Amino acid sequence: MAPDSPATLAERLASTGYLCDEELATVAFLALRMQRPLLLEGEPGTGKTALAEALAAASGQPLVRLQCYEGIDATQALYDWDFPRQILHLRAMEALSAGGSVEEAERGLYDERFLLARPVLAALQQAPAVLLVDEVDRADDEFEAFLLEVLATYQVTIPELGTISAAVPPTVILTSNRTRELHDALKRRCLYHWIDHPGLEREVAIVRSRAPEVAASLARQVVGVVQQLRAGTDLLKPPGVAETLDWARALQHLGTADLDLETAARTLGALVKYRDDADRVKAALDRMLAA
Amino acid sequence: MIESGRRVTGADEVLLGFTRAVRAAGVAVTADRARAYLEATSIVGVGDRTATRTAGRATLCTSPDDLERHDRVFEEWFRADLADPAGTPRPRDRPTRAVLPDDLGDPGTDGAGEESEDPIRAAASAREVLRHRDVASLDPAERALLAAIIGALGVRLPTRPALRRTPHRRGQVDASRTLRASLRRMGEPARVHRRRRGVRTRRVVLLVDVSGSMSGYADLQLRLAHRLAMAGPAGQVEVFSVGTRLTHLTRALRAQDPERALAAAGRVVPDWSGGTRLGETLAAFNDRWGRRGTARGAVVVVFSDGWERGDPTLLGDQVARLRRVAHRLVWVNPHRGKDGYLPVQGGIMAVLPHVDDFLAGHSLATYTSLLEVIADA
Repeated sequence: MAPDSPATLAERLASTGYLCDEELATVAFLALRMQRPLLLEGEPGTGKTALAEALAAASGQPLVRLQCYEGIDATQALYDWDFPRQILHLRAMEALSAGGSVEEAERGLYDERFLLARPVLAALQQAPAVLLVDEVDRADDEFEAFLLEVLATYQVTIPELGTISAAVPPTVILTSNRTRELHDALKRRCLYHWIDHPGLEREVAIVRSRAPEVAASLARQVVGVVQQLRAGTDLLKPPGVAETLDWARALQHLGTADLDLETAARTLGALVKYRDDADRVKAALDRMLAA
Repeated sequence: MIESGRRVTGADEVLLGFTRAVRAAGVAVTADRARAYLEATSIVGVGDRTATRTAGRATLCTSPDDLERHDRVFEEWFRADLADPAGTPRPRDRPTRAVLPDDLGDPGTDGAGEESEDPIRAAASAREVLRHRDVASLDPAERALLAAIIGALGVRLPTRPALRRTPHRRGQVDASRTLRASLRRMGEPARVHRRRRGVRTRRVVLLVDVSGSMSGYADLQLRLAHRLAMAGPAGQVEVFSVGTRLTHLTRALRAQDPERALAAAGRVVPDWSGGTRLGETLAAFNDRWGRRGTARGAVVVVFSDGWERGDPTLLGDQVARLRRVAHRLVWVNPHRGKDGYLPVQGGIMAVLPHVDDFLAGHSLATYTSLLEVIADA
């Protein structure tokens, strides 16, 4: 079941439409083998989140996603008690005027059916699973410390119920956009990988596999332009693979067979999202498409 | 470093030596990371050069800067063929930890007050005199006293309304809490509960110009930055040095003792008292940190005289970008407080239209008013 070499893993990921380079395949392979969380950093739109999705699809395991945001706390990440249903349960018992001791009634309240499993707990319960902790840099420091605890032991203790641990540790992928430096203790547990923008051939292959409706020649033209923009033009936000895909699809919808300056300028909104960038890209396109 | 059950082989020795070299190059390699590295290399096989490199990048590094350092050391370390460990020279014994810095402060660090008859009064009056003196004109003993005063300044950090609402005496009615309370009384209506948005800390970003034109001030401004960084939880205050390049100093300034923190900062800043390419450095900050969120909604303080060797329009553009992302942009110029100063120099002219507060920063009095501005932002 588990891949026995980075190459096998790369093949399996490729079969789900995720094309990764040798280095990423090796790191992901190591993460699976060493059962360590994998911390991915990189520019937005380089496929950090997509890797987790592809890993889940390739292994046939469920993907559990925890989107981090400022102020997230344990009740949104771990578990919460379903308060209204507990009240309802009490009321129902009252109405039936069921006998039994107070302890029994209380024990009935803290039952697993009143437990709302949030992503981390859900991942432990459904293991083997892929747990994606997305944009962990958005959460607060305290949350990181809490996450650390779970990632170290792969178990969650609920005072009223006891300890829930995973039969098989889930595969954990953390992504960060580097808006702040993560805590060292958290990084120490993880394998680290910086995802770069893909090279020309790989990006063409990605466009071809993700957007098969786009003609091969158009895909090559689009990727060529995007690669030149990333390398040669000083942009506020260089377009990621996601933008390349959007742009290729946009051009396809307009029935473009051959990239020309006018259509390119009209569809630029799919590629760059800043006004300053749009001006610069238009100037650069003049040069590129004229050549 | 390695569990007792495992024998240390020749290859392991080379690999461990490598982790030491990586640490010496400035990557924070801990013992458990080194062990993870050994485990990873044994999984992928030491014979595979690319895979060994990948394993090192994944297990020893934690940031893009680390990756660069790792690769540099890797190239040097594994030039010799790994398959023949006997032929590899033994790793030199490098210090695994930096020696405690010598007291880099001036000799009079804590002796300034003690030499006089009445230390408290002497310190108090010296403090009054110091308040309005230009810090660039102080002698070493006075600087040391000022450093001690800065270390003891009371600091408040800015706050902002939180997204979530918390129970409070006044504010809008908290329907669910009120209902829960009444349920607890078997449906009997009771006190109306209210809630309002809580208070959270707001991030502060300090950009300290360490170029030659600021040399008289940079040291004390870094002390002030250290004082601010110590006042908040980790991550609330971020410090960078700007000059010819951008350096992230927050980690170096984490040490509690200001002398050690400053010594650490001095080691990581490559362009101390160098030239100024403020526009480009600010662009680097905007691209790598600011836009991603470090400066978003933050109070950004730039300590600089705005002396720009490059193109002032680039500087103006970058400051405008920074202003759009930040909550409040404060520019502190040490020359502003001096007699006859007029902001006519190209760089500062380009900056001024985008700045919320333009403050002087040459004396203790101006530093305390700066702290007020930051706290109330």
